[in-house]
Amino acid sequence: MSRFRNAMMGLALLTLASLGAAQDGKYPGVGRAATPKEVAKWDIDVRPDFKGLPAGLGSVAKGQEVWESKCAQCHGVFGESNEVFSPLIGGTTAKDIQTGRVANLSRSDYPGRTTLMKVPTVSTLWDYINRAMPWTNPKTLSTEEVYAVTAFMLNLADIVPENYVLSDKNMAEVQARMPNRNGMSTQHAMWPGKEFGVVSKPDTANKICMQDCRPEPKVASLLPDFARNAHGNLAEQTRIVGPQRGADTSRPETKAGTAPSAVTAAAATVSKPENNEAKAVVASLGKYNCTACHGMDKKIVGPGFTEIAKKHAGKVDYLAGKIKAGGGGVWGQIPMPAQVLPEADARKIAEWISKGASK
Amino acid sequence: MSDESIRSGRVQKAPENFLSRTCIKEVFAESKKGRRDFIRNAFAAAAGVAAPVAMAQSNPVPSEGGDSNILNLPEHATGLGQGVATEGYGKPSKFEANLQRRQSPGLTQTTQSSVSFAPLQSLFGIVTPSGLHFERHHQGWWDIDPSKHRFMVNGMVKKNMVFTVDEIMRLPSVSRFHFIECGANTAVEWGNVAVPTVQYTHGMLSCSEFTGVPLITLLELAGADLKNGKFVLAEGGEGSSMTRTIPMSLITSGEVIVAYGQNGEMLRPENGYPLRLVVPGVQGVSWIKYLRRVEVGDKPYGSKDEAIHYMDLQPGGQHRQYSNLQEVKSVVTTPSGGQVLLDKGFYNITGLAWSGKGKIKRVDVSADGGRNWRQARLETPVMSKALSRFNLDWVWDGKPAILQSRAQDEAGHVQPTYQQLRAVRGTRSIYHNNAIQSWLVQENGEVKNVQVS
Repeated sequence: MSRFRNAMMGLALLTLASLGAAQDGKYPGVGRAATPKEVAKWDIDVRPDFKGLPAGLGSVAKGQEVWESKCAQCHGVFGESNEVFSPLIGGTTAKDIQTGRVANLSRSDYPGRTTLMKVPTVSTLWDYINRAMPWTNPKTLSTEEVYAVTAFMLNLADIVPENYVLSDKNMAEVQARMPNRNGMSTQHAMWPGKEFGVVSKPDTANKICMQDCRPEPKVASLLPDFARNAHGNLAEQTRIVGPQRGADTSRPETKAGTAPSAVTAAAATVSKPENNEAKAVVASLGKYNCTACHGMDKKIVGPGFTEIAKKHAGKVDYLAGKIKAGGGGVWGQIPMPAQVLPEADARKIAEWISKGASK
Repeated sequence: MSDESIRSGRVQKAPENFLSRTCIKEVFAESKKGRRDFIRNAFAAAAGVAAPVAMAQSNPVPSEGGDSNILNLPEHATGLGQGVATEGYGKPSKFEANLQRRQSPGLTQTTQSSVSFAPLQSLFGIVTPSGLHFERHHQGWWDIDPSKHRFMVNGMVKKNMVFTVDEIMRLPSVSRFHFIECGANTAVEWGNVAVPTVQYTHGMLSCSEFTGVPLITLLELAGADLKNGKFVLAEGGEGSSMTRTIPMSLITSGEVIVAYGQNGEMLRPENGYPLRLVVPGVQGVSWIKYLRRVEVGDKPYGSKDEAIHYMDLQPGGQHRQYSNLQEVKSVVTTPSGGQVLLDKGFYNITGLAWSGKGKIKRVDVSADGGRNWRQARLETPVMSKALSRFNLDWVWDGKPAILQSRAQDEAGHVQPTYQQLRAVRGTRSIYHNNAIQSWLVQENGEVKNVQVS
C-alpha cells in the first residue's frame, strides 16, 4: 500500500514537472528569447499608422545630394527615368493632392503609372527606401538620409515645398497630402480571410454549359508575323521527342508546317559544349554588381558586354583599366564609377570581354 | 570489378570474365527478349503500311525492309555503359536541354528584379522539377549558409523569439503539395495576345511538395495574441527584405508553413533556401523567401508590394489593395502555342488546373473555341490548392481547331471567359488574369496563341 502511495506521489511529481515544462512551451529546448538588440536590428518595418518609424528628420536639400550620388543613376535626376525601373515621379496634379485620387489613373490613354501616382501611404516610401535602397547596397542609408530622400521625392511631386524638412513629427501632415491616398479599396473577394470584411462573391459567374454554348468563335487577337521570332526560336524551347515539336520560328511559317527543320535546330542545341571559364567570369559579374548596369547583350545603364566586346575586341589592358578607373562619354551620358575589385578579377573580366564575352 | 582495373592499361579481358554468372544469365535473357521486341516492332511497321500515307509520316516504313534504327544495333546496345555515381547529382538527359526556364524578352531591364518562366509545355504530371521552378526575384538571389540563418518571431507575442534552422527542423513537420503562382501570371494577355507559348503566358506557375513547420506552431511557441493579432508581417532576409501581410485566419487554419523542404530535398537557393513561407492559394509574392522574421500585428502593413505593386487597377481608376487570392484557372499545356502537330490522328489533350480556394472539381475541354465541351479526366491525386492534371482523348482531323479548357473548383466557381473577366476588371488590372486560354491549331499543324471574340 505504501509502495503504491509512493508510486502515486512519484506520478504526481512527474505531472508537476511536465506542467513546468509546458509553461516553457510544448517543445522544450527549441527556440530562445530574442534580445532587445536583436529585435531592434531586424524589426525595421514602418506601418501606415507610422508604428515603427524612428525619430529623425531630413531636408529636401540634403535629399537632393543623396539622390544625385546614390539614386539618379537608376531613377534619373528627377525620378522620371524608365531606363532601369518604372518611373517614380510624374502624372500627379495639385488637384489630386486635394482630392486624394489621381485622376490620370482613370484614363486608359495615359501612358504609364508612376510610383507617386499609385502609392497611397507615405510610410511605404520610407519603409522601402530604408530596407531596400540603394539597389546594390540596401540598408546602408542613415535614418537622416532616408528622411531626406523621401522628402526630395515628395518635393519632386510637389507634395512638399523646396525648403521642407520631413520628420517623424510631420509625416501625418504629409500623409494627408498624398495624391492617391483615397485610391484604394479592400472591398473585394480576393483576400483569403475575414480580416477585411464583407465581400465573398467572386467577380464572375461563368456557368457549366456543354453544347451549343456560343456562336461560331472568331479569332480576335493573335501575334503579328513580325513577332514570330521575338521570343527566340521556339523549336529550341520544346522537347525534341513527343507528339509535338516546337515551331521553327527562325524562318517564315510554311503551309506544310515546320516540323522537320525544328528537329534539326533542336538537335543542334544539344551539342553546345559547356564553357566553364566563361561561367566563372559571368558569376563574378554578379558578385561585383556589374550586371546591375550592364546586360549580357543589351544596354541597361551602360552597354551590354557583347556590345563592348565588338567595339574593343582584343584590348585587354584598355578594358581592365576602364573597369578599375571607370569612365564616361564613350557609350552615353551616365558615367561609370570606378570599381573596387581585385586586379586579377578585373583582368579576367577584361580578357573575357576582349574574347567576345561568350556565355 | 573496380575502376582501377579498367584504367590500369592492361589488355582487357573479354567482357564475360568481368561478369558474374547471374549477370551473364541476365544478359542472355535480355538479348532474347530484345529479339522478341525486334519481331514485334517489325510487325508494327508492317501494319503501318495499311494506314493512310499522312498517318505514317512520323513513323515511315523504309524501303530497305526495315528501320535502320532497328536493323543497325546502336553503340549503346553493343558497348559498355557508364558506371554508377558518374554524376554525384544526376542531371536530365542531354536531349532534354531545350527545357529551360526562360526570361520573356523586354519584360524587365535587369535580371535581378525579374522573372523566369517554367516550361509548362514540356512538363508531365503536377510536380515541377525544382531546377525548372519559375523564379521571381526582387533584388537578386543568394545561396545562404543555413548555419547562419535565423528566424525571429516578434510583435504581439508574449515572448519575442529566435530560432535556428536546426531548431525549426527539429519541430514536427508536415509535407504538402501546393501550387505557387505569381499574381502577375498571364498579365501581358489582359488586352490582347502578346506572347507565343504557354511558357510565357502561364509559366509563372509551379507545384512542389513542401516540407516544413506550420507557422501556427511557431506563433504558439512565442505566445502570440491570436485574437487581436489579425495580421502577420512576413519578412525576407535578402537585399530587398521583401515584406507581405498574411491573414491570421489562414495561419490559424494550419495551412501556412515555414518550409525548408521542396520535392524531397532542401529548397533551391532560387526558391528561398534555407527557409521560405508557403501560403497555399495565395499569390507567390506572399511566399517570402529567405524568411527571417514574422511580426504579429493588429493592422495590415502596406508594404511596397502591397501599396505600389501587386494592386489591381480597376476601370474607375481605383486600385484593389490586398488582393491576394489566386482564383480558379486552367490551361491546356499541349498542344499549345508554338508547337507543331506532326500529323493528323490521335492526340492526348493535356493540361493543368488549380484554384486558391481548394480542390479542382472538374475540367471541361473544347476543341471548337467554346461552342461544345467534353469533360476531361482528372488524374489523381487531386489535392487542395495544388495543381491537378487533366487529360482528354482527341482525334485531329487536320482542320483548324481552337482548344480551350475550363475549370471549376470545389467552391463552385467556374473559370471565366475573357469577356466576363474584362466586363468587371477591364484590361489594366495587370494582376489576377484567370481567363480561359485559347490555342488555335492550324491546318499546317502549327499552334498559335489566340483570343476569340
